[in-house]
Amino acid sequence: MFGKLSWSAIPFDQPIPLVAGAVVLVAILAVLAWVVIKGHLPYLWSEWITSVDHKRIGVMYTLLALVMLLRGFSDAIMMRGQQAVAYHSQGYLPPEHYNQIFSAHGTIMIFFVAMPFVIGLMNLVVPLQLGVRDVAFPTLNSVGFWLTATGALLVNISLVVGEFARTGWLPYPPLSELTYSPGVGVDYYLWSLEISGIGTLVAGINLVTTVLKLRTRGMTYMRMPMFCWTTLASNLLIVAAFPILTATLAMLILDRYFGFHFFTNEAGGNVMMFMNLIWAWGHPEVYILVLPAFGIFSEVVATFSGKPLFGYRSMVLATMAICVISFMVWLHHFFTMGAGPNVNAIFGIASMVIAVPTGVKIYNWLFTMYGGRIRFTTPMLWSIGFMVTFILGGLTGVLVAVPPADFLLHNSLFLVAHFHNVIIGGVLFGAFAGYTYWFPKAFGFRLQEGLGKAAFWFWLIGFYVAFMPLYAVGFLGMTRRMQHYDVAEWRPWLLVAGGGAVLILIGIIFQIAQLVVSIRHREELRDRTGDPWDGRSLEWATASPPPVFNFAIPPDVRGEGAYWEQKSRAERPYLATAEPDYQDIEMPRNSPTGFVCAFFATVTGFALIWHIWWMVAAGLIGAFATFVVFAWRDHDEYVIPAEEVARIDRANLAERRALAGLAGRA
Amino acid sequence: MNILDPQGPIGAADKTILIDSIAIMLAIVLPTIVAIFAFAFWFRQSNPRAHYRPDWAHSGRIELVVWSIPALTVILLGGVAWIGAHLLDPAAPVEGTGSPVRIQVVSLDWKWLFIYPDQRVATVNTLTVPVGAPLQFELTSASVMNAFYVPQLGSMIYTMNGMVTRLNLRADQEGDLQGLSAHFSGDGFPDMLFDVHVISPLAFPDWVKTTRSDQVLNAESYQELARQSVEKSRPTFRLDDPGLFGAIATQKIPPAPGPKITSEGAQSYLGASDVR
Repeated sequence: MFGKLSWSAIPFDQPIPLVAGAVVLVAILAVLAWVVIKGHLPYLWSEWITSVDHKRIGVMYTLLALVMLLRGFSDAIMMRGQQAVAYHSQGYLPPEHYNQIFSAHGTIMIFFVAMPFVIGLMNLVVPLQLGVRDVAFPTLNSVGFWLTATGALLVNISLVVGEFARTGWLPYPPLSELTYSPGVGVDYYLWSLEISGIGTLVAGINLVTTVLKLRTRGMTYMRMPMFCWTTLASNLLIVAAFPILTATLAMLILDRYFGFHFFTNEAGGNVMMFMNLIWAWGHPEVYILVLPAFGIFSEVVATFSGKPLFGYRSMVLATMAICVISFMVWLHHFFTMGAGPNVNAIFGIASMVIAVPTGVKIYNWLFTMYGGRIRFTTPMLWSIGFMVTFILGGLTGVLVAVPPADFLLHNSLFLVAHFHNVIIGGVLFGAFAGYTYWFPKAFGFRLQEGLGKAAFWFWLIGFYVAFMPLYAVGFLGMTRRMQHYDVAEWRPWLLVAGGGAVLILIGIIFQIAQLVVSIRHREELRDRTGDPWDGRSLEWATASPPPVFNFAIPPDVRGEGAYWEQKSRAERPYLATAEPDYQDIEMPRNSPTGFVCAFFATVTGFALIWHIWWMVAAGLIGAFATFVVFAWRDHDEYVIPAEEVARIDRANLAERRALAGLAGRA
Repeated sequence: MNILDPQGPIGAADKTILIDSIAIMLAIVLPTIVAIFAFAFWFRQSNPRAHYRPDWAHSGRIELVVWSIPALTVILLGGVAWIGAHLLDPAAPVEGTGSPVRIQVVSLDWKWLFIYPDQRVATVNTLTVPVGAPLQFELTSASVMNAFYVPQLGSMIYTMNGMVTRLNLRADQEGDLQGLSAHFSGDGFPDMLFDVHVISPLAFPDWVKTTRSDQVLNAESYQELARQSVEKSRPTFRLDDPGLFGAIATQKIPPAPGPKITSEGAQSYLGASDVR
């Protein structure tokens, strides 16, 4: 009846996951109870869960990322704790638990923190920057988000029901094959990523189409803000690379469920094929994450320097060069597999070539600051912290692209330090910069600056204290994923690294405090005009938060830095006395399709993991029925009358006029 | 296990390339970091002496320079990578004194088997080699992937079931070193440390004699040994059949059953799941 599922799947003998799971469950139930008792459920359902508004979906993506960041960080601090104590001892985590933690940490941080964070910001901002009303496929957007959430949910269910993979964040066969990993851990990994991978793919298709097909009047390619360019490049990579991931994991699924031999030891299976395929996705994935962050820094540095981005055309070229070259370097992840010197050298050099456009980007941000009037707000601090940190990460990255250096450093903690250096210093700092920068746009009030700066400093210093020792201990030959060790010279470095994790924890606490304090003081932090930073691109030309239709009148773009031009030439349509000609606006109707679809995907995924075949059938039928109901819908749009549009727009214009009058800048 | 203190020519050459590459990159990275701080500080909003150029966003000369600096660096480093990859190809033989020593390495769950086919001996978790002689490794795995790595001797290499990888090293100082697995392979992975004894070439034949014990390594005792365990003792064997490694690598001896999960709690849950 319940396949492999029985009471013994719940680890009653392991207090840590059980208590953690119970705490999370109680928290979720408490929030749900509060929502129901306070009567917020109808609001939540109609305004958020079923919303197809790109801004709401973007916010939900970001929220998912922040919540999962807490989960991924708890794993991180447990690992640092374990390695700090497990000298000549087993520490407090037995191997089968420790191995799940590092696997879950990597999986969660990449797929359910970094990915939803950047996709959320792109979703929120790109249609606004392009001056359009929504993304190309609003309901598909909702489906993509909810499928990502399904993946995150399944990974977290594994905490209390069964186990998670203990094979690392990329489940290298043959260890991940049924012979050596007979439990459900790898299956949790596989099905979460199959389901959320489809979510990511549709998000990618959606954003590529949006950038290519939906731009406002006058918004030519070479006038798009840099963030739109990096969004285009990143989502082209998603569309090209994620099918590889889905197919590779499907092959592993066939091996595990139907006795195929793609990657087994026996019968002609080949583990090297898995490594090639997974990294053919995995290396572009790195750029999928970091390109949007580059876009965010481009926006932030230009805005807070009070200048246009230096070398815009160079930046576009560099972005697209990275997009293409990132597909040609995957083999540098396994120089130590014994391929010949020609192969290793060619892939090593190709990997270095990516450093050229990346270096150009750094210099262009540098010269954007040159001649500027730099305001050191929180987003700008994250950006400068990024520039310095990322250069070091780039240095160590190019270093391990030199095959003989990689022969010494491969799989060592040096490597671990390197990719944390680029992912924390690049992607996460970028995401935090974007979060602070666009928060007022999403919610209508700014985040408190003081706590944000404190969080920045703790994160920055914590990062260096946590990861510089790992570079050092990598030189001492320590490999990654050690549950315990007996080498005395490693110990001091690991203790220091543990201290760094605590500093980062303080940074996270400051971020939570910042959010709470900002919500409480939202009236003082209110952004009345929609342009709190003196911004340059179109998202600042509408109210904060923007009305559901984004722009009452589609903007007309006449140059780079669309909104800045309007402001600096005093062509302020919003200050003009003549009333624009407001029209009725058609907007897509909300739809529960995404949520219902994800519900059935969760049921199907859980049933597949536990081999509950009747439930698999029920889930698939449910998902198909949802699709049919959606496809046969009669009314997919509703109309916002011109008077309503005019009323909303007039209110925002009045605020802007009032502020312009006060500041004396008419 | 300090890789900056190499004990052989491969390790030393790897290290030289590593240090050179860092130096080449620091030459442009450090000035760039200084420039970031300098620009950010000088052009702060509160500095009245800084000249504000709100529309300055393009300069052909600067663009040429910013494309050239990383490009030239990469051309230089690319040369280092090309030459280094060829000079230090793990499969390329290493020069040395005396006759080469062939060593066949099998990564087991969770221990290392070293077979000396010419000396007809085998050891577990201890690798003993004569100083100065070329060491020719052939490597495979009994089950899952591992990586063979003696940090102070240089280059690591993967071990994979059904395949043979090759590595050539040399040790230049007598003494004791440590090696480990550099690729995660299950619960006992951190215990895959092994001792490396570098001894004088004169002592090597004696070591072979004392090592040739009564225990015989053949297909049967190998399969016994290949079962999952963490080996604390250092058993030694007399090698019966010098073709044993070939039989393992070509899967004439089937892949080993491990690794599996070790804890009792997890076992009971897996046992329950087998019932269906």
